[in-house]
Amino acid sequence: MNIDFLIVGLAGVLVTAGPIVFATIGETFAERSGVINLSVNGTIVLSAMTGFVVAVTTNSLILGYLSGIVVGAFVALLIAFSSITLHQSQVAVGFVLTYTTLSLAYFLGDPFTGLQGPTLPTLPIPGLVKIPILGPLLFKADLLTYLSYILIIIAWLYVFKTRPGLVLRGIGERPAAAYIRGANVNRLRYLYTVLGGALVGLAGPIYSLGVKAGWQGTISGLDGFGWIALAITIFGGWNPLRAAFGAYLFAFLQWLSLTIQPYVSIPGQVLQVAPFPLMILTLLFVNISDAEWVGRTLARLPERPRRIFVRILRALHASPPSALGTPFVNE
Amino acid sequence: MQSKEHSRWINIGFQVLGIIAALGFTTIILLITGAPPLQAFQQMIFGIAGSMNNFSNVLVAWIPLLIVTAGLLVTFAAGLWNIGIEGQIILGAIFCTGVLRALEHSTWSAGIIIFLGILAGILGGALWALLVGLLKTFGGVNEIFGGLGMDFIASVMILWLIYGPWRRPGVASLSGTAIFPERLSLPTFSGVQISPWSLVFGVITIVLIYFLLRGTYIGLKMKAIGKNIRAAFMLGVPTWQYMLLSFVVCGIFAGLAGALQVVGVYHRLLPSITNGYGFLGLLVAMLINFQAIWVAPIALFYAAINVGGIQLPIVLKVDSNLSGVIQGMLVFFVLLTDGFRQHFLKNR
Repeated sequence: MNIDFLIVGLAGVLVTAGPIVFATIGETFAERSGVINLSVNGTIVLSAMTGFVVAVTTNSLILGYLSGIVVGAFVALLIAFSSITLHQSQVAVGFVLTYTTLSLAYFLGDPFTGLQGPTLPTLPIPGLVKIPILGPLLFKADLLTYLSYILIIIAWLYVFKTRPGLVLRGIGERPAAAYIRGANVNRLRYLYTVLGGALVGLAGPIYSLGVKAGWQGTISGLDGFGWIALAITIFGGWNPLRAAFGAYLFAFLQWLSLTIQPYVSIPGQVLQVAPFPLMILTLLFVNISDAEWVGRTLARLPERPRRIFVRILRALHASPPSALGTPFVNE
Repeated sequence: MQSKEHSRWINIGFQVLGIIAALGFTTIILLITGAPPLQAFQQMIFGIAGSMNNFSNVLVAWIPLLIVTAGLLVTFAAGLWNIGIEGQIILGAIFCTGVLRALEHSTWSAGIIIFLGILAGILGGALWALLVGLLKTFGGVNEIFGGLGMDFIASVMILWLIYGPWRRPGVASLSGTAIFPERLSLPTFSGVQISPWSLVFGVITIVLIYFLLRGTYIGLKMKAIGKNIRAAFMLGVPTWQYMLLSFVVCGIFAGLAGALQVVGVYHRLLPSITNGYGFLGLLVAMLINFQAIWVAPIALFYAAINVGGIQLPIVLKVDSNLSGVIQGMLVFFVLLTDGFRQHFLKNR
């Protein structure tokens, strides 16, 4: 395996992780504010179909991406309305919507199956692309991949280094306290749920107009990425940087499974889906230190290994926003 | 008393409103796509009554949906979202196929082989559900994500078996493993697909679940956990044990449904062996507000929509996923109008 092959492969990983980065960071915003948007899996497929159809019929990539954003924001608005205003279970509404949007995508997209659509061109950044190794790795992608890099940094700065970010964390952790300090909890939850949904919605057209260009109905192969995005939100500990790492890890696993295909006797169909369970089961490492028996077992260990284990578990550990999934009623 | 009667009518009114809204929304979607809405609805709901064969197809879809939904009521009673149900159905089908393959050429009587196959399916489903439960109780992994993970593993396993060790001689494809000899199928009514044995299993399931949840201490304790896990724990209910138990019970029925798909419907292992009945069962359970008494009729209605949908492309050149849209919309709008009702009653 030579170095060029590796660079091209890893550059591809950064591009294919793009939509998952958008979706995961969108979900991170919603969940940080206290709202689970469980509709991500269906939303991505519906916005992919919508973005593709709009781009094909108007021949405009920008309108394609915008329509995906609108779809994602609208579905998120439905979730915000039913959970924040009507106090219905976020999980129930989200699950129903993921099911419905998925069927809706296949139903409405049926006449457009297999059409040739526009795709986002690559846009090497002049100058930067000349840097050895880093150039072809980072700066030979497309506009939305660059945007995904920027989003990771901005989202992290916003959540952890700004005052509105502090309020965002507050309404997800201690909504009552945030309310007393003057935050309009429910209005902000609406805002972040819809904003997060818009980012999730952008992931769809990134697939259908680039990463997995086209629309092939039920065999488009987009069903499943939304669940992965939800899992990575947890894996990322509701931190945009860690979430991005999770997205890249998943895309890397996908690339790896394709690359090793000729060398192993496992059928290709199996290798393609193998990263999905792997990614979801990494959640075990994120959560396991919460379990009571882990603490008991660790306490029995001798001093030195115990310290090492505790350090590893603490580094992996992440706890959800305390008020995640619960409605806020000011009394 | 009078006000109770009054609010009951309000409840029903809101539910009807939800159904009307769902149908209205679906009509708009049909109009957008240029399909004739009335004909489409007629096709979905009455198309199934057209012939005996169609009706038997509805029953073929009804039985697994009924069994799966009934199982899900047990996990819902304990306040758990068993999204791992799809994987549990798959494991039921895999285990059943394994036993059938192993005993296919033995001299044992077909009845015993089928019986062992179903038993193995039940074991497979229960095992897969137990793993989700263990991930939840001892691994700290939320059952939704643990379940999804196990679903994905199950679908990897079934693909691996179909394309790997169990591949059909010559061609490995999405059409599944080699078809079992006819003697390893459940006997059907003459001329149609549905087996009386499947109906018997369906009826036993729903009766068992109804009484488990209505008339036993086990059901009561599960419901206590579902309502308020902390309070249940304080009152001495062994919470994690009962949570595991509710997963296992649900897995038993999911596995049964998977095994019946093999011995009663497809006579082989397919990648799409579940037909999505697991997720559809979650929708049905939500629509009936988790009440066992409604499982049979509403599952029948949803099975009819499924079968009606399959004929849409042939009859009206409309994509069959319309059935999923209607099924989802109904639940969404009923949830929505239920929210409106509570809002409305509170503000009065």
